[in-house]
Amino acid sequence: MAEHAIDIGGRRYRFDSLGTLMAAASPRRSGDELAGIAASSAEERVAAQMALAELPLTTFLEEPLIPYEEDEVTRLILDRHDRAAFAPVASLSVGEFRNWLLSEQADGESLKALAPGLTPEMVAAVSKLMRVQDLVLVGRKCEVITRFRNTIGLPGRLSTRLQPNHPTDDASGIAASILDGLLYASGDAVIGINPATDNTSTVVTLLKMLDEIISRYEIPTQSCVLTHVTTAIEAIERGAPTDLVFQSIAGTEAANRGFGIDLALLREGREAALSLGRGGLDSNGLSNNVMYFETGQGSALSANAHHGLDQQTLEARAYAVAREFEPLLVNTVVGFIGPEYLFDGKQIIRAGLEDHFCGKLLGVPMGCDICYTNHAEADQDDMDMLLTLLGAAGCNYIMGIPGSDDIMLNYQTTSFHDALYLRQVLGLRPAPEFEAWLEASGIYRHGQGIAFDRDLPSRFQHVLGAMGSGTVDTGTAR
Amino acid sequence: MNDEDFHDGDGGITVTNPWQRLRELTDARIGLGRAGGSLPTAAQLAFQLDHARARDAVHMALDTERLMPELDARFPLALRLHSRAIDRDEYLRRPDLGRQLSEQAKQELAQLSLEPCDVSICIVDGLSARAIHEQAIPFLDAALPEIERLELSLGPVALVEQGRVAIGDPIGEALGARMSVVLIGERPGLSSPDSLGLYFTWAPRSGRRDSERNCISNIRPRGLSYANAARLLAYLMREAQVLGASGVALKDDSEVDSHLGDGRQGNFLLPP
Repeated sequence: MAEHAIDIGGRRYRFDSLGTLMAAASPRRSGDELAGIAASSAEERVAAQMALAELPLTTFLEEPLIPYEEDEVTRLILDRHDRAAFAPVASLSVGEFRNWLLSEQADGESLKALAPGLTPEMVAAVSKLMRVQDLVLVGRKCEVITRFRNTIGLPGRLSTRLQPNHPTDDASGIAASILDGLLYASGDAVIGINPATDNTSTVVTLLKMLDEIISRYEIPTQSCVLTHVTTAIEAIERGAPTDLVFQSIAGTEAANRGFGIDLALLREGREAALSLGRGGLDSNGLSNNVMYFETGQGSALSANAHHGLDQQTLEARAYAVAREFEPLLVNTVVGFIGPEYLFDGKQIIRAGLEDHFCGKLLGVPMGCDICYTNHAEADQDDMDMLLTLLGAAGCNYIMGIPGSDDIMLNYQTTSFHDALYLRQVLGLRPAPEFEAWLEASGIYRHGQGIAFDRDLPSRFQHVLGAMGSGTVDTGTAR
Repeated sequence: MNDEDFHDGDGGITVTNPWQRLRELTDARIGLGRAGGSLPTAAQLAFQLDHARARDAVHMALDTERLMPELDARFPLALRLHSRAIDRDEYLRRPDLGRQLSEQAKQELAQLSLEPCDVSICIVDGLSARAIHEQAIPFLDAALPEIERLELSLGPVALVEQGRVAIGDPIGEALGARMSVVLIGERPGLSSPDSLGLYFTWAPRSGRRDSERNCISNIRPRGLSYANAARLLAYLMREAQVLGASGVALKDDSEVDSHLGDGRQGNFLLPP
């Protein structure tokens, strides 16, 4: 492996490999410190960034961070690399690439054309030289639009995943959160449940329930039960009405093995979803965007599968896995993993913006689960900052959950109210098909906000009727 | 949480939601109302209080003095072990140390000369000692009869401080256990600072991957009941013996959740 070195003020900094250099150049992260690969001083970090800035982008094609023979994600990245698409930036160094991205030459069109020519390592490298405002500015230039029953990622739009989790997968409890979300204008990215168990019968039942709600209320959105891809395939075989197949993914073959998956299995999952022929918005009348992936910095180290590489670079590699399968939705679950990887609000905020930037630049339809756990040094103020910044960066979607409190996964993410705030402050609108449904239902109107006070919209009046008698029809509740 | 917690007496500036009463169905923070499009003051402060409590729960110490006699009464042998993480601060920054046994714990296990057993049970503080204080003993009282019915032999129970899930691997390995059950305090949620998690691992040994385990989550009175969690564990134990494996290979296909019906009816959003 080639050594990299730079002289600063009479002192020589040496980095014994490209991976070492990338790790040292990475902004401070508790996960890289845990792995023992972070810069040992603030000056060494900047020295590494300076050395990285001099490096030709082509270095990443010649010097894989994980050997081609050892890792199928490396093989995917290099085999799929599009030299013709890469041409406009092929002669640039990493530092020059940053300038190019900030220049007028980089716009929605040119960035879209460039995406297949970029590798995750290139975008991770340039992100390490960028400030928060650079990540926001370039992220905003990228447009990645996907379709299932509606259109996600259009400029000026912000979608939400309605996440109605319940600790025992109780149908009525889940329905209560879905109603709350719909009446707060949430759910155009997906109505997506994290089930409490991977039990196939439960998954099939929940999929049927979501399918029935979406069709009975004629909601232009899609559903997902976020279970392991093998469970999803089994549910499809049992006839479950499945819109999207979900999987957590990571940036190395070994980390993916830790999740119990490989690329072949993801391909199998995608084919199973496509076989159902659901959705219907592309030129053939059918959607190719049938996958939903979640990622997050630190997952590879957590699975002891990081090959000595920094967590931000590995996260970008996960997006190469994602884009292979033309997903509808991809989001980093940025603060979920805990303080040993992202210690505090500052680290979580920067990581969320890096992930959005890297994903978008690679052509991935990025959303973000703006979140934290109760053992991290973070709070609602930190989330507000990341939320506002991601809104400015043109993030495709965020999560929506009642009062920010996920009572199943035990963490805090963005609420229905948070999405209303962001739409209000930045003038963002829901996906157009969903917005039309919200308006027709009397729930929400752009510029006005929630369009009803105490009287429920007529489509939902019967729910109020059930409550009028003084007791709620609790169905199968506990 | 009740409606009064969320009362804003501001003469109609905040909009309340008529579906508040659906809170009977879930602990989720539904029907919070709105001030403009934002969270009303009372709901905002209630959230801050719960966050403060959850932060405090993360730092609570495991009450081993109270738990050891309870374990002695239920197991032939109860061990008190510690991970390599010295205190909570190190535990939070160094999960690798929480997965390993302290030198003293290793020696203690090495000095035991016991017959191999079927099941090793570890009780680990994790991120909520409170979950262990409140759920571990009642869950054991539901689970131990199930394990007995399967005619499985129990090894010593281990009570572990500053531990993570994978610490059950070296313990199970040292005890010669065919399978390992780790009861651990889950990271506290705002509404559930007391949630117990269970991780089941066939043939425990250091280096097992997470995909080789099965998890039963949210064991607590307002979550998954002790009885249902115990039945689910018994199911995993039976299937793992047939399969010779746990984790992704062992699909949870039990009928524990069959109360859900077929999903197309049975809740207020989908009346017949």
